[in-house]
Amino acid sequence: MRIELQKRPTPSALYAVLSPFIALGLTLVAGAILFMALGKNPFDALYSFFIEPLTEVWSIHELTVKAAPLILIAVGLSVCYRSNNWNIGAEGQFIMGGILGSLVPILMPGFQSWLTLPLMLLLGMAGGAAWGAIPAFLKTRFNTNEILVSLMLVYTAQLFLDWLARGVLRDPNGNNFPGSIRFPSAAQLPEIMPSQGSAHYGILLSIIAAVIIWFMLRFTLNGFQVRVLGANPRAGRFAGFSQTRMTFFAFLLSGGLAGLAGIAEVSGAIGQLRETISPGYGFTAIIVAFLGRLSPLGAIAAGFMLALTYLGGEAAQMTLGISDKVGRVFQGLLLFFVLGCDTLINYQVRLVLRKAAPAAGGQG
Amino acid sequence: MDIAQNILLTIMTAATPLLIAAIGELVVERSGVLNLGVEGMMVIGAVCGFAATILTGSPWLGMLAAIAAGAVASLLFGVLTLSLAANQVATGLSLTLLGLGLSGMIGESFVGSAGIKLASLDIPVLSDIPLIGRLIFGQDPIFYLSLILTGGVAWFLFRTRAGLTLRAIGDNHASAHALGINVLKIRYLAVMFGGACAGLAGAHLSLVYTPQWVENMTAGRGWIALALVVFASWRPWRVLGGAYLFGAVSIGQLHAQALGFGIPSQFLSALPYVATIVVLVIISRDRRLTLMNTPASLGQPFVPDR
Repeated sequence: MRIELQKRPTPSALYAVLSPFIALGLTLVAGAILFMALGKNPFDALYSFFIEPLTEVWSIHELTVKAAPLILIAVGLSVCYRSNNWNIGAEGQFIMGGILGSLVPILMPGFQSWLTLPLMLLLGMAGGAAWGAIPAFLKTRFNTNEILVSLMLVYTAQLFLDWLARGVLRDPNGNNFPGSIRFPSAAQLPEIMPSQGSAHYGILLSIIAAVIIWFMLRFTLNGFQVRVLGANPRAGRFAGFSQTRMTFFAFLLSGGLAGLAGIAEVSGAIGQLRETISPGYGFTAIIVAFLGRLSPLGAIAAGFMLALTYLGGEAAQMTLGISDKVGRVFQGLLLFFVLGCDTLINYQVRLVLRKAAPAAGGQG
Repeated sequence: MDIAQNILLTIMTAATPLLIAAIGELVVERSGVLNLGVEGMMVIGAVCGFAATILTGSPWLGMLAAIAAGAVASLLFGVLTLSLAANQVATGLSLTLLGLGLSGMIGESFVGSAGIKLASLDIPVLSDIPLIGRLIFGQDPIFYLSLILTGGVAWFLFRTRAGLTLRAIGDNHASAHALGINVLKIRYLAVMFGGACAGLAGAHLSLVYTPQWVENMTAGRGWIALALVVFASWRPWRVLGGAYLFGAVSIGQLHAQALGFGIPSQFLSALPYVATIVVLVIISRDRRLTLMNTPASLGQPFVPDR
């Protein structure tokens, strides 16, 4: 048995829309099989995983808290991947943004004005962008593989944060527990409806960023360059677009947005700098970017979808006693199916059952 | 002398999983496929090897289970990137994400269980040679396998016809296809070899290095293995050198942590990752040389025209 691909003359518009949904459907089927293998009723399990979190107000608030960083990071990554720059270190840029922005309330707890928050957010972006500039610089100057560099910088950032939160930035009155002082309220991203739940303004930042970047991609020269250099680097060079500038642009933008997500998480959801500030948002956002078909607006929908897998994991653990790691498995499966289904856009896929003639080759 | 011998021994133990995973990935990349899922396959190998060992009581069966699990995981990657021509970078990443999630789920009930160490295999007579005897001939079986694999891959790639075919595919898949070579079949085999090696490397972690299961116990070693392949400019014996260099760095930082020196432990722990970046920069600085060494079809999907 083998799979034969036939290139379509033009990409299929139908499958461009359908493929994320087919992938979601396949993930649910795979999930049902997984739950059955774990000895659970698959319908109960899928219900508590994907529907239950949506039935209560507080948990919808939680959903936006988890979706906010995913969307912000994924919007930047979409631009990055479109331009053929592979930043997979958003987790590290997220952490550095969280650290740099946190310096304001930790080092100057007395500085409490309307300027505090904007300054923190700006510093957060700067921190993420600076961390993202390292792989961009090494790629453009020394031709170094940006995938490996950006990933190594994740581990470095995690260890740096661990050192800060246990060492120099630790709350002196915190009974030796790791973690900084609690931020004063002027340094906390406020909640949107404090009486109802925990949703903070980070989600608003995410959606605004998504719309701005969507506009940039769609209607500006810069966005055109991203698309051309990504789709056909040779054509881009002939048009006089600079690959070096594009690499820096992609990494500074995606790093800056990841850094913004980091400080928004620290100041909005956590309220202090801790030794870990992310349950892997930077990596999950890669899935969000692809599920959203590398479109900033698609990232909004995909971000909520992936946020649901975080909540669903917690819910399934509480009601069914299933490991919350199942959420991570779902995320990985989803990306697999998304990438597989994207093949349908450019190719006709045929399953051939008979054995091929030897010259035609291709067995799988 | 005993201390030096012990340090060398730990360096070799730390280097072995890096070496095995990198040798596997080297074959994959030589065939023109970039599998970024090494970390995921390695962690799946680690957990499956550990679980099978506990369930059967035999670390040997555990080792086999790890190899099989790594190969099966790589097959997922193969179907997507080879049969469906999906983007290799993204698919490899998703294999890593899936592997980390899946291993956490499988391993949850094994956290804290005491593992069984794969006993070392002393080669009679030779292991009694003073100084080097214990180092080279008194090691665990996976260590011997790592050397056999390195030599075997070097021989296969550069001394056999099949190895030449594999390299030809990696350098120009269209020409290889035109010559009647079954590109996808050979790439499938290469990818599965890479997966089996990554699984074995994982087994070394959970059966020899620290015989227990800890979530995410690979801690980026799969990524360092990927960097090693670049560092070695796709040559097997250089991978060996690189792996031992990195083994030395990671053991050196552990000893430095034990001795104190007043350097925060986190900075020392970051050393292998920083070293990876530095080495990558040094090795890739010369654009011409990199272009010459890199398999020319690396990372590009191949769809045979019919």
